Amino acid sequence: MKAVRTILVAWVALLALLALTIAASFAPIGQVLPFVSYGIAIAKTAIVVWIFMEMRVRDGLQRIALATGFAWLAILLILVLADNLTRGWTP
Amino acid sequence: MTEALSHMNPRMSQEAIPNTMEERRSYLAEGHSLKSWLTTTDHKRIAILYLLSITFFFACGGVAAALIRLELLTPAPDLLTNDGYNRAFSLHGIIMVWFFLIPSIPTVFGNFLLPLMIGAKDLAFPRLNLASWYIFMIGGLATLATVVLGGVDTGWTFYTPFSSTYSNGAVFMAITAVFISGFSSILTGINFIVTVHKLRCPGMTWGRLPLFVWAHYATAIIFVLATPVLTVTLVLVALERVVGIGIFDPKLGGDPLLFQHLFWFYSHPAVYIMVLPAMGVVSELITNAAHKQIFGYWFVAGSAIAIAVIGFMVWGHHMFVSGQSPYASAIFSFLSIVVAVPSAIKVYNWTATLHKGDIVIDGPLLYALGFIGLFTVGGLTGLMLTMLPIDVHVTDTYFVVAHFHFIMVGGSVSAFFGALHFWWPKITGRLYNDLWARISAMLIFLGFVATFGPQFVLGYEGMPRRYHIYPAVFQPLNVMSSVGALVLAVGYLFPVLYLLRSLRYGKPAGPNPWGATGLEWTTPSPPPKDNFETVPVVDKQAYCYPVGGRDEQSRPRTQKAKAGE
Amino acid sequence: MNEVRRLQPQFPTLARQRDADHFGMLIFLSTEVLIFGGIFAALFVLRAQHSAEYARSSTQMHYWLGGINTAVLLTSSAVVALMVEAVKAGAARLAKWLILGAIALGLAFVAIKFTEYALEYRDGVVPLLSPAHLHAGPDTLFMDLYFVATGLHALHVFGGLTLLGSLIWPFGRARRDTSAVFAGNAALYWHLVDVIWIFLYPTLYLAR
Repeated sequence: MKAVRTILVAWVALLALLALTIAASFAPIGQVLPFVSYGIAIAKTAIVVWIFMEMRVRDGLQRIALATGFAWLAILLILVLADNLTRGWTP
Repeated sequence: MTEALSHMNPRMSQEAIPNTMEERRSYLAEGHSLKSWLTTTDHKRIAILYLLSITFFFACGGVAAALIRLELLTPAPDLLTNDGYNRAFSLHGIIMVWFFLIPSIPTVFGNFLLPLMIGAKDLAFPRLNLASWYIFMIGGLATLATVVLGGVDTGWTFYTPFSSTYSNGAVFMAITAVFISGFSSILTGINFIVTVHKLRCPGMTWGRLPLFVWAHYATAIIFVLATPVLTVTLVLVALERVVGIGIFDPKLGGDPLLFQHLFWFYSHPAVYIMVLPAMGVVSELITNAAHKQIFGYWFVAGSAIAIAVIGFMVWGHHMFVSGQSPYASAIFSFLSIVVAVPSAIKVYNWTATLHKGDIVIDGPLLYALGFIGLFTVGGLTGLMLTMLPIDVHVTDTYFVVAHFHFIMVGGSVSAFFGALHFWWPKITGRLYNDLWARISAMLIFLGFVATFGPQFVLGYEGMPRRYHIYPAVFQPLNVMSSVGALVLAVGYLFPVLYLLRSLRYGKPAGPNPWGATGLEWTTPSPPPKDNFETVPVVDKQAYCYPVGGRDEQSRPRTQKAKAGE
Repeated sequence: MNEVRRLQPQFPTLARQRDADHFGMLIFLSTEVLIFGGIFAALFVLRAQHSAEYARSSTQMHYWLGGINTAVLLTSSAVVALMVEAVKAGAARLAKWLILGAIALGLAFVAIKFTEYALEYRDGVVPLLSPAHLHAGPDTLFMDLYFVATGLHALHVFGGLTLLGSLIWPFGRARRDTSAVFAGNAALYWHLVDVIWIFLYPTLYLAR
C-alpha cells in the first residue's frame, strides 16, 4: 500500500537524520553546530508533521492551526533572545 | 397579547407578572432542578452559571478595592499593616484580572450569544464548555483558599525572586488558582474558534458576521496562544518556590527577567482579552443606537485581528526599567505605538457610525459612550507610556494605575454593563426600567472619573503605586479618589437591584425590543433550547438597518429555511 | 457511512463534525507547543547567558541513551501512523496490535528515561536529591531544567499512552470508525509528543 510505504520511508529518513545529528555534534564545526542541530530537528519535525500527522492531505485551516503554535513560539523566542543577546552591547 | 395572560388568576396581583408563554417554552424552562443546571450543556445556561460566578468574584475584588480606597483616605497606615496592604492589592488584582475581567464578557455574553449570532444550535463542543466552567470554579475555590490562608503579598504580577524565594504569603495556592483557571480559558478559546469556523448557518459568510463575533474570535486566538505560556511560567515559579530550582534566582545564575518576559508574554495579550470583547459589544451597541450600518466594517473587523496579533509583540513595554536591553526596549516601544493604531481605528469608526445616525439615548448607549470616552483617555495615556522617557518617569506610579483602570474599568466594565442591559431582554425575556439604567450609567461614569482621574495627577507628581503610606501633600487627591470610588460602587449596585426586580415585574420583552439587526433578535426572548425553530438562512450584511430610520420597522435578517432543504 | 459515531445536533453533517474534531485537536496541540516553548525559552536564555557552562553540562549527558530513546519514539510514531492507516482500511484488529506495539515502545521510552535518571542519581548530578558532583550555578540550573523538561515530557508520554490505550478500552469502538476521528486525534497527540522530544534531544544532549 502506498501509504504504508510512505510511512516506512519517512521512518528510515528520520532515523538517518538522527544518526546525522549525533555525528554532527562531534564534528569540528564549532559555532555552526546549533544551526545544524536545529536545522536537522526542523527537518525531522517537517517529516513527522507532513507525513505522520497527515498535513499533506489536510486542509489549509488545519495546517494553520498547528503552524500557529510554532509561529507564536518563534515570536517569544526571537524577542526574548533580542533582549538577552543585546544586553551587553554598549552604544 | 391577552391570550398570553389569560391563564392568570384574576385575583392575583397585576403587579407581579408570572411566566409568559415564551418563558415557559424557553431554555430556562428545561428543568428547574439544581442538577439540570449543574449538568447542562446548553451554552445559554452555562453563560448564566458564569454570570453568577463572575458577579461573586467581582464583589470579592470590590471588597479588596474598598479596603484599599479606605486605607488611602489618610497618608498614615491606620487601617492595614504594610503586609496587610500588600495582600489587599494583590488579592484585588488577582481576583479582578483572572476571575472577573478575563472571563466576564467572553464567558457570559460570548457563550450566550455566539451560537445565536451565527445561527447555530450550540457551541462546537458543549461538554467542553461545561468543563470550562467547572475548571474555572475549581480555580475560584483555590482563590478563596488563598484568602483563607491569609492571602499573598506579591502583587498580581508575582515578580521573582520575591514570589519565588522571599515571600511569606500563600504564593503556591495563589499560583495554583491562576494555573487552574488558565485551562478554563484555553478550552473556551478552542471552543469559540472551532465554532466560528464550523457552525455558521447557511449564508453566514465571514463578511456578514456581527463584529461581536469577530471580536470574540480574535479574543479566542489570544486565549489559546497566550495562556499556555502563563501556565508553564507558573509551574516554574512554583517549582522554584517549593524546590528551589533557581532559574529566576540571580544568586544561582538565574535571571529574574526571564520570569518577566514569560509572564508579560501572556499578560500583555491578556489585557487585549479584557478589551477586545468589550469592543465587540460596543460595535453592537453603537450600530443599534444609531440604527445605522457600521462605518468601515472590514476596518473594524480587521483591527480586532490586528490587535490580537500585534498585541503579542509588545510585552517588553512593561519592562522598560527592569534592566532589559535598551535595544529591545526600543523595539518594544515602536511596536507598542503600532498596536495603538487599530484601537484608534475602531474609535474613529464608531464615531463615524454615530454621525447622522437616528440616535436613541438609552442605557446601553450611555454605557457604550462611556466606553468610548474612557477607553480613549486610557488609550492615549497608554500611548504616552510607550515613550521611553515618559515611562521612566511615571513607571510604578499611580499614572500607570490610572491608565489601566481607565481601560479595564472605564472601558471593559462599562461595556459589560452595556451588554448586560442590551441583551438582558433576550436572556431573561424581561424589560427593565431604562430611567434607572441611564441614572446608573451616569453615576458610574462620574464616579469613575472622580476615582481615577485624580490618579493621573498623583502619578505624574510622583505617588508610587502599591504604597499605603504617602506624603501628606497627596491626600486631597486621594480623598477625592476614594469618594469617587464610593459613588462608583453605588452606581454598580443599582443595576443589580433593578435588573433583578425586572425578573418579576419587568414587561415581557418580545423577540426584538430594540428593533436591532442580528440573528439573536429573530428568535423568542428567552430563546428555546435549540435557539431557532428552523435553521436560519442569511442573505444580508450585518447591521442592515433600513435607510429611512426607525419609522420603518427593522425587518428580521433571515428567511427561514424552506422545509425539505 | 458508519453508525460508530453519532452526529451531534449542533453539526449539520458528520463530515463537518469530523473536521471540527481534528481542527480542535490541532489548536490544542498548538497550546502544547507553547507550554513546552516556555521551557525552551528558559533553556535558550540559560545558554545565552552561560554558554560555556551550558555546553559543559550538556557534554556530560548520556547522549547514547537519549539517542536510543529518540529512535524509540520516532519508531513509535511510525507505528501509530500505520495504526491510523489500519483503522482507515477497516482493519480494527490489526490496529489494536499496532497500538499495543506503540504502547510497548512508549513504555520502553519511559523505562530508558528512568534508567537515565537512576544513572544521574548515581553520578551525583541530580539537584537536591544527589548533587555531590554538581557545580552550583548554571550547572545546577541546567540539570534543573533537564529534569523539568524531561519530566513534563514524560507526563505527556503517559498522557499519550493513556489516549492510545483508550482506543483498546473503553473506546474500542473508535477503531471501527473508518473516518478515524478519535484514532486520528490520539495519533496527532502522540506525534506532537515525538516532535517535542525531537527538539529536546539536541537542546539538552548535543549542545557541545
